[in-house]
Amino acid sequence: MRVALFITCVNDTLFPDTGRAVVTLLRRLGVDVEFPQAQTCCGQMHVNTGYPAEGVRLARHFTEVFAEYDAVVTPSGSCTAMIREQYPKLAATARVPAKQTAGLGTAVEEIVPKVYDLSEFLLDVLGVTDVGAYFPHRVTYHPTCHSLRGLHLGDRPTRLLSAVRGLELVALPGAEECCGFGGTFAVKNRDISAAMCADKVGNIMTTGAEVLCAADNSCLMHIGGTLSRQKSGVRVMHLAEILAATEGGAR
Amino acid sequence: MSQTFVGMPSFPKNAAIAVQDSQLRFNLRKATRTIRGKRASVVEELPDWAELRQAGKAIKDHTLRNLERYLVQMEAAVSAAGGTVHWAKDAEEANRIVAGLVKATGETEVVKVKSMATQEIGLNEALAVEGVTAYETDLAELIVQLGDDWPSHILVPAIHRNRAEIREIFLAKMADVPADLTDEPKALADAARLHLRERFLRAKVAISGANFMIAETGTLVVLESEGNGRMCLTLPETLISVVGIEKLLPAWRDLEVFLQLLPRSSTGERMNPYTSMWTGAVEGQDFHLVLLDNGRTDVLADEVGRQALRCIRCSACLNVCPVYERAGGHAYGSVYPGPIGAILTPQLRGMDTALDRSLPFASSLCGACYDVCPVAIDIPSVLVDLRAKARHPRTERIGMAAAGWVFNRSVRLARAQRFGGRMRKLIPKRLPGPMSGWTDTRDLPDIPQESFRAWWDRTEGGAR
Repeated sequence: MRVALFITCVNDTLFPDTGRAVVTLLRRLGVDVEFPQAQTCCGQMHVNTGYPAEGVRLARHFTEVFAEYDAVVTPSGSCTAMIREQYPKLAATARVPAKQTAGLGTAVEEIVPKVYDLSEFLLDVLGVTDVGAYFPHRVTYHPTCHSLRGLHLGDRPTRLLSAVRGLELVALPGAEECCGFGGTFAVKNRDISAAMCADKVGNIMTTGAEVLCAADNSCLMHIGGTLSRQKSGVRVMHLAEILAATEGGAR
Repeated sequence: MSQTFVGMPSFPKNAAIAVQDSQLRFNLRKATRTIRGKRASVVEELPDWAELRQAGKAIKDHTLRNLERYLVQMEAAVSAAGGTVHWAKDAEEANRIVAGLVKATGETEVVKVKSMATQEIGLNEALAVEGVTAYETDLAELIVQLGDDWPSHILVPAIHRNRAEIREIFLAKMADVPADLTDEPKALADAARLHLRERFLRAKVAISGANFMIAETGTLVVLESEGNGRMCLTLPETLISVVGIEKLLPAWRDLEVFLQLLPRSSTGERMNPYTSMWTGAVEGQDFHLVLLDNGRTDVLADEVGRQALRCIRCSACLNVCPVYERAGGHAYGSVYPGPIGAILTPQLRGMDTALDRSLPFASSLCGACYDVCPVAIDIPSVLVDLRAKARHPRTERIGMAAAGWVFNRSVRLARAQRFGGRMRKLIPKRLPGPMSGWTDTRDLPDIPQESFRAWWDRTEGGAR
């Protein structure tokens, strides 16, 4: 099985530690993951801000780059949801000329079943719950909207976290509520976005957790940026980074 | 749609004021969370909710695909039962028809059943111009009307008011109010009941909308909680119902699905207290049905947007929406606020104003609305589609084109990342221009010296 890592543009550019953690974790589990250098961005920002033509180009690029692989692993719930849920709609959109989307539908149909969010890949493909991680900290988990309502990840991430040695998992009140990131929403509707995050942070603080974990660094950038601005003393970590941590390891 | 909201600023500007209104935030948080919880518990107890939801969607889609046939059937059935059917292509025509019908009776007062369609067309204001006073009889609509206010919610239009505020409105504006009125819910309801009872007995003309119209029999259906609707529907000599053309259902048996979906989704009740149904002119009452288009056929022509016409106005999407909960209904500048308003208003009204253009962006696309919608309207997908239709600011277009250019080739992305890595110490803590929206409340992440792809390249994926 040839497994490719789709790192996503945000992780590639701003959170390379998450990418390294995915590689470390998958290698530890015996998966020889490859990184196709031609990959760029899934097009989520363009499509969700109203630029479907750019989105179509990026979707086509994605299908071409990853066509030869058996599985594509992505450490981002919203990018996985973009591919799985929005690519088929994008391939059929009437907002760009039909010749731009020609053939995209078929390419999307072929690629979609091979694309996995990290926790889906670990549990559903590899069949592993205990990844051999050690992380002696109090952690709360924010499910993120696209992981929760888009991908229906359910309890997969928390099952993985529960199996981590030393980790104390505490439930986050109002976990299913959006943190207010929403891509360009965070800038276009800055006040509502900040108000939503204020409530999310309030809930995080009641858990007494030292680490907020999620499977999407975009949401964590928003919540983490707010936690940091407020000097809350809570840090944010991507699920992959916790699962990659071992006793005597880097963390 | 109603002209009341003309000239309002864009959604983000309205919302910026609303989020700082602690009274509004408190009222909305309390009310939306209460209804949200009630809905969740009565939906959870039905083992076949998912099937009901699919049935509701399928019936509505079938009706919309065959709308012309069912409308003609409805017209024939109502006419056969002694009613008169009028067709109104827009708000102006509907208002003209209703005003003409009221004036023909010689009356200058009408009582109203709560109705979104008449709010949409600004009927009360149009009647006032013609010298006819419309009295709202739904308790919340009465509060809004007495307070010279706007509705801020589809189901509970006075959701932005708490009972202390309602008491003050009653004391100031209700002529026959008891001087010792308290803010106990029962006292407030009693005062309203007394005030309204006299109106019901006096009124010769009533105006309603309808939740459903049954094409097969020509029956109109109104679901309500207070009984004021039934008073209006049965007592006056003339009844005029203004109903959007998308409210049709083909057959009587279709109600089985919707009488389960609507109360559970809207008030969080298993069954609403009052369900009134009538067919044509009943017991000598003069009955008129005004079938309202007002942009609906244009919505129907849009492949993605047409699903908004499935809406049964339950408000479940408002109650669960984190944006609505914090901005309130007025920020949307429309009688249809919240997620459904964000997709309905720009389709019915167009996107010519700054406000209407901003509505499709008034969502973080969190998907909670789609989850609770009893007719499975994929609101996030319609929002995204409307965003593609909207005109974008010039600076944004340039930025998006530049980002698209970079993402089109991985070498360009790698070069941009290297540049960013070198500049990382120079990036200010507070960004200028539109990006200040990020740094006003959040710290920026540290820009790494080396991107993931550069690390992979240098180390062969950590092998070296």
